[in-house]
Amino acid sequence: MPELVKVGMADMKVGSAPSTLISYGLGSCIGISLYDPQLKVGGLLHIMLPDSTQSRANENRAKFADTGIPDLLDQVLKLGASRGRLVAKIAGGAQMFAFANATDIMRVGQRNAAASKEILSGLGIPIVGEDTGGNYGRTVSIDLSTGTYIVKTIDKGEKEI
Amino acid sequence: MSDDVASLSAAQMDALREIGNVGAGNSATALSQIINKRIDMNVPRVSIVPLGDVPDLVGGPDVMVVGVFLRVYGKAPSNILFLLPKESAFYLVDMLMGKQRGDTQKLDFLDESALMEIGNILSGAYLNALFNFTNISLLPSIPALAMDMAGAILSVVLIQLGQMGDHALVIETEFNTDDEGIKGHFFLVPDPGSLETILAAVGVG
Repeated sequence: MPELVKVGMADMKVGSAPSTLISYGLGSCIGISLYDPQLKVGGLLHIMLPDSTQSRANENRAKFADTGIPDLLDQVLKLGASRGRLVAKIAGGAQMFAFANATDIMRVGQRNAAASKEILSGLGIPIVGEDTGGNYGRTVSIDLSTGTYIVKTIDKGEKEI
Repeated sequence: MSDDVASLSAAQMDALREIGNVGAGNSATALSQIINKRIDMNVPRVSIVPLGDVPDLVGGPDVMVVGVFLRVYGKAPSNILFLLPKESAFYLVDMLMGKQRGDTQKLDFLDESALMEIGNILSGAYLNALFNFTNISLLPSIPALAMDMAGAILSVVLIQLGQMGDHALVIETEFNTDDEGIKGHFFLVPDPGSLETILAAVGVG
């Protein structure tokens, strides 16, 4: 029975086949996966905010895109992944409640998605799958045997990215 | 200043519990009058929990819930979130709309509007009681509604707190109708700075 590893909010986990990494109930947060298809190792990171420098509590580096993604990269490389083979997939970044005068914090999903893409591109890691935006929650998982990244929703079905 | 909530005294926790008690008591009475049923309410839980553990308070991040969200403005800005399991929300709509129990299987525009109004009334009752207790005047925004996974809905509140700390202070009350048809969780989540204002107002600052 392959192991199912839970990734909490502001948390990251790395592993290898046949494990599956899963994070439940993402709203504005983003689930970022890195995967080396040859070695079948990878990781999943669940960030809440785009930028640690805008925050007064930045001890938990997995909470932010700008610190969490480089940490995730380090940890996957430590498992032996080759940087040149790594591919990224991202999902989440919804706006759960529609307010006419949405403040910045209400649009944090959008900013999370933009920051994640910018940081991955800065690190030279290609994004090969993406499902961001909308106004609905997502449960995301990556199967480290295949690199398959599944996004489950309540009303919009299930898709593979 | 980061994670100021982690260092509250027992007297401060008691004061917050009492605020939750009078607020939720007033809300429960309002709800009871609308649906004409007895409502039981537990003693409010005041808890300081790691952000990621908050969804577990309502059964886990992937449980399907209806959430009514209100931003609270004033001297102690806060968020209010009224969460109902899907089945409870449907039953509440049945009662509000004069339908048979089980008639509602999905929410249309009117149903959503009715649930938002309930969120509005409960919040108003809660904040009124809070005003009587603390003399802090607070006004709720218009409500917003979403039906989705608990984690996704709670993330709206948790992300705001995440900018300031890694723990959430939640004042939470569970409602039950006497026929067990409706269960709900009412959360008052003060912004980090607001906590000091509230505690100072009741003399335990």
